[in-house]
Amino acid sequence: MLDGPVSKGDQRSWPAAGICRAPYWIYEDPAIYLREQQRIFGGAAWSYVGLEVEVPRPGDFKRTFVGEQSVVLVRDAHGELGAVVNRCAHRGIEFCRSERGHAKRFVCPYHQWVYDLRGNLLGVPFRRGMRGRGGMPDDFAPAENSLQKLRVESHRGVVFATYDERTPPFAEYLGASMLHYFERLFDGRQLVVLGNSRQLIPCNWKLVLENSKDPYHATLLHTFLVTFGLFRADQKSEVRLDPTGRHAALTSRRGDQSPSEHTAEMMSFKSSYKLHDPRLLDPVKEFPDDTTVVMQTLFPNLILQQQSNTLALRQIVPRGPSETELIWTFFGYEGDDEAMTERRLRQANLMGPAGLVSLDDGEVLKAAQEGARLAGERAALAEMGGRTWEDSDYMVTEAALRGFYQYYQKVMELPAERCREVAHEHR
Amino acid sequence: MNIAELDPRELRFHVEDLLYEYAQILDDGALEGWPELFIEQGSYEIVARENVERGLRLALMRCESKAMMQDRVTALREASFFSPRFTRHAISNTRAHLGSEGAVLARSNFVVFQTLVDDGTRILSTGRYLDRIVVDGGRLRFAEKRCVYDSTLIPNTIAHPL
Repeated sequence: MLDGPVSKGDQRSWPAAGICRAPYWIYEDPAIYLREQQRIFGGAAWSYVGLEVEVPRPGDFKRTFVGEQSVVLVRDAHGELGAVVNRCAHRGIEFCRSERGHAKRFVCPYHQWVYDLRGNLLGVPFRRGMRGRGGMPDDFAPAENSLQKLRVESHRGVVFATYDERTPPFAEYLGASMLHYFERLFDGRQLVVLGNSRQLIPCNWKLVLENSKDPYHATLLHTFLVTFGLFRADQKSEVRLDPTGRHAALTSRRGDQSPSEHTAEMMSFKSSYKLHDPRLLDPVKEFPDDTTVVMQTLFPNLILQQQSNTLALRQIVPRGPSETELIWTFFGYEGDDEAMTERRLRQANLMGPAGLVSLDDGEVLKAAQEGARLAGERAALAEMGGRTWEDSDYMVTEAALRGFYQYYQKVMELPAERCREVAHEHR
Repeated sequence: MNIAELDPRELRFHVEDLLYEYAQILDDGALEGWPELFIEQGSYEIVARENVERGLRLALMRCESKAMMQDRVTALREASFFSPRFTRHAISNTRAHLGSEGAVLARSNFVVFQTLVDDGTRILSTGRYLDRIVVDGGRLRFAEKRCVYDSTLIPNTIAHPL
């Protein structure tokens, strides 16, 4: 468990209506935020920290995050992956200052304490004092003063870390249905990073995660998706959850720009909208099934994006209750030809901080946080598609949000006022 | 205009004039005029300094033709949701020289301030423009414009070209 003061978040209770409500204080209350850092990011969860291709050689490291905490992902001298908290055991200095790099050992700049790449303390300058005076007490034990180490597991080249010894193996943590979508994207081919984007969204981290669990908004807010049939409610779609409700996958199949009996309800559908340069939307089929969109949310900090041929990992980094950094890593595969790489780079126009689609999300999430700020004991509503959280083969549902609230409530130990409707655990 | 005949000071004057026209179009919100400053096959990219240094090709905005820029403008006008905003460009430190094949290669610094409703004026981005400029239709136009922004961490969103 992550260290830190005990939060007062347990004085809150969830609205009696249960999982089809999200009380606005979960997006704003500093005590809840602190409790999340301990129970969620510091608890029995696998947080995404990076890709193996980002640290290919022994000694390569990358500065990353688990929750708000800076951690260092590193490949040690033997080629093993590890992760350590970026905090010197001596005076708490965040010793690793570079985004990425190569090192033989970690040296804290303040008093030059030296650690090996596994985080073991190797040296303390003037440990024996000088001319027999000063220095550390004789019983100082370097072995008890290593950097805080996290457990690490890599699955198909994607690396996750956890503080908790009880976190089950990654495949089990995902569950069979979520592992299916994960391994569809990470099919064993070597990954090629195309680049990173980072944005600071002025909203709570959960709003970012929830945004990608909500297919209902995508078919309304995002004119670009709706108009060009990239993601539309009248296409064949699925919402899948794992047995705990914490992960989800939204899938859909690309259609065309033709109107249907349903497009009248989508104000954003524009049948006359044509591209001057159609290369922007010139996707090719590259996965064995007919699915063209999979948005997968892996609790607590990862969104996996496949929209046509643009593929990305989105890492969620909470930065206080009302700010979230979103780190995008766009990628392709070794063996992609130049035309495919060009296509991925071109379709990346849809996503990221200036994306033709994602731009809408950054803006709407900011507005969501502003709405939550002074909402007191009021709660947001999530009743589309019912009040339970089963899988569906349609898009007009908020089931994945309800699955998430159900799990969140449990992990956070936020009991409902009166458990009127929370007995929906059908699995 | 024959740019090969211009002396260095005249060359920089003409390049600055194009850059200031670019700034004015964006700051006035006259987005439709933005693609007109490019040749038909012109390209426009916003790329992070960090990606450039790592040899990675991802762009925040990537238009491979004037038509793709026009599509960006249409998307901003009709297919995007974002809060009202306006920008103020300050472009400086321009240096230009005649490259091979008669194109001008220019490098400048930029600062883009953004003003949002209920918010003060803040720096949206700083960086450098790397431009390849040619004569087209009797005037200078961009054949290639790369906006290399300094801080990878973007304050929420970038809606308009930088």
